[in-house]
Amino acid sequence: MTETDARPGPSAGAWARVSGWVRAVGAWVVRTNRRTPFRVKVALVWVAIFALLAFFFWIAQFDNQWMLDNFTYIAKGLQYTLYIALGGILLAIVLAMLGALGRISSNPIAYGISGFYVSFFRGTPLIVQMFLIYLALPQVGINLHDQFPDLFPQTLANQLVLDAAVAGTLALGLNYGAYMTEIFRAGIQSVAAGQGEAADALGMTYRQKMRRVVLPQAFRVIIPPTGNEFIAMLKDTALVSFLGVAVANAEIFRRSQLVGKADFQNLEALLVAAALYWGLTIVFTFFQRRLESRVSRGYVRTSDRLAASSEAQAHGGGGGGVG
Amino acid sequence: MTSRPDEAEDTPVAERDVVIRVDGVHKRFGRLEVVKGVDLDLHKGEVVVVFGRSGSGKSTLLRCINFLEDPTEGTIEAAGVRLSGGYRTRRKREQIRQLRLRVGMVFQQFNLFPHMTALENVRAAPICAGIADNRTHAMDLLEQVGLADKADEHPIRLSGGQQQRVAIARALAMQPDAMLFDEPTSALDPELIGEVLAVMKALATELHMPMIVVTHEMGFAREVADRALFFHEGVVWEEGRPAEVFGSPQRPETKKFLDAVL
Repeated sequence: MTETDARPGPSAGAWARVSGWVRAVGAWVVRTNRRTPFRVKVALVWVAIFALLAFFFWIAQFDNQWMLDNFTYIAKGLQYTLYIALGGILLAIVLAMLGALGRISSNPIAYGISGFYVSFFRGTPLIVQMFLIYLALPQVGINLHDQFPDLFPQTLANQLVLDAAVAGTLALGLNYGAYMTEIFRAGIQSVAAGQGEAADALGMTYRQKMRRVVLPQAFRVIIPPTGNEFIAMLKDTALVSFLGVAVANAEIFRRSQLVGKADFQNLEALLVAAALYWGLTIVFTFFQRRLESRVSRGYVRTSDRLAASSEAQAHGGGGGGVG
Repeated sequence: MTSRPDEAEDTPVAERDVVIRVDGVHKRFGRLEVVKGVDLDLHKGEVVVVFGRSGSGKSTLLRCINFLEDPTEGTIEAAGVRLSGGYRTRRKREQIRQLRLRVGMVFQQFNLFPHMTALENVRAAPICAGIADNRTHAMDLLEQVGLADKADEHPIRLSGGQQQRVAIARALAMQPDAMLFDEPTSALDPELIGEVLAVMKALATELHMPMIVVTHEMGFAREVADRALFFHEGVVWEEGRPAEVFGSPQRPETKKFLDAVL
């Protein structure tokens, strides 16, 4: 203070005024910060990010008119993207169910096959699997026909020559099915052992036990991550483009590449594709959240029950295990 | 319960009345032998109470009877078949299933199916067994355990005692020849034990349901049981009428245990 007083220039009164303002602004910031709800602050962060993106967008001088003109063409790919993803997820669910039952089976054949399946399809890249199914499968048909022309006629060999979209869907289903096998297995194993024992003790067959007791409870655990996998798969459908799908039924990414290259507007085309994928994901994330909360609704009193059962264990003390 | 009907004439009455016969059962988990040779006959209308320290093998024996555990040695005879442990062929799996349909089981942790209502829980087994029109019977059973008004509630909304009573009704749904109770009241708050024991008592005294009950409820044992078995180190250490076993135990281990519990 003394130093400031000694210096010539702004008087002590001016300094006091400035520091008063600074303090007032500081206090206002602190107060507003405290009063503003978390969600509003998050929204502000998003607005800031979008402003920044808009700035980059603006200085990049994109051809907005081109984007508008070609939006419909690229957006037509949505339906094929959805077809591929839906086909893929359905196949993946079936495979994951079978795979999970195999992983928990005491049958060596079922266990062996599911083990190989999970190992191979989790152990190799999706894009490699796509090419293998698209390119190697026809070769297998040709080889078999060459070696055993009677057993394996040409017509059968031709069946192994797949359309790119079909090969891509197969690969997606096989690949995601391998990952989801683990989800399904964990879901089934999350069902308390006592549930299966109770079903056994009531004289249910294995099939009845699974269908009526174990799986309905496992699905509560399985459904939310399966929705997640579907959302992930929506975007991996873009890989199918590398197999060179026919223009007529190309999905989003393939279409964006086609028009982008044709008009030398690659970045614009990619932006449109990105926006479409993002929009699609936002829509399905919304549905997935709803599904998730719906699925957990039946167990609302879960926390009470957990408390009750831990209490019970404390009471039961010596009872459990090999008692 | 002999396998050949022509022998039945010569068999003594007590022999014919056997509902469950446990013959020389051993159970090993790896190198740990939990049950070391147990013989036990459960007769028609008889209530056998099994008690003993935790880890003495009493629950394991009970679980061996309906093959939730596979007996390492020995046989179980019930519902007209004599079964041993080991590899389960298709035929044997079916026989075990038939045995389980004839022998009801009630668990310490109730193990009701949480996604089904009380009524659905009771109907689960008859539906699986393809018994048509099981609804009335299931309602009767819920009535019997005093829970007809809770038929449409999910287990989560029931108290422990109510859950266990539903579990008893569920085990009764297949009209079993005998019942196994594995510490049915050990997971319950003290004030809820009575209602479950009352249901079990009614089952024994009014319906003369043969049952093996693993429990530490000595009052129930004295009042209802015909025989009490003290389990120690995987064998039946002492056995007799409940009043005798509890009143004047013959072996020091039994006495020690009873002193600790009572």
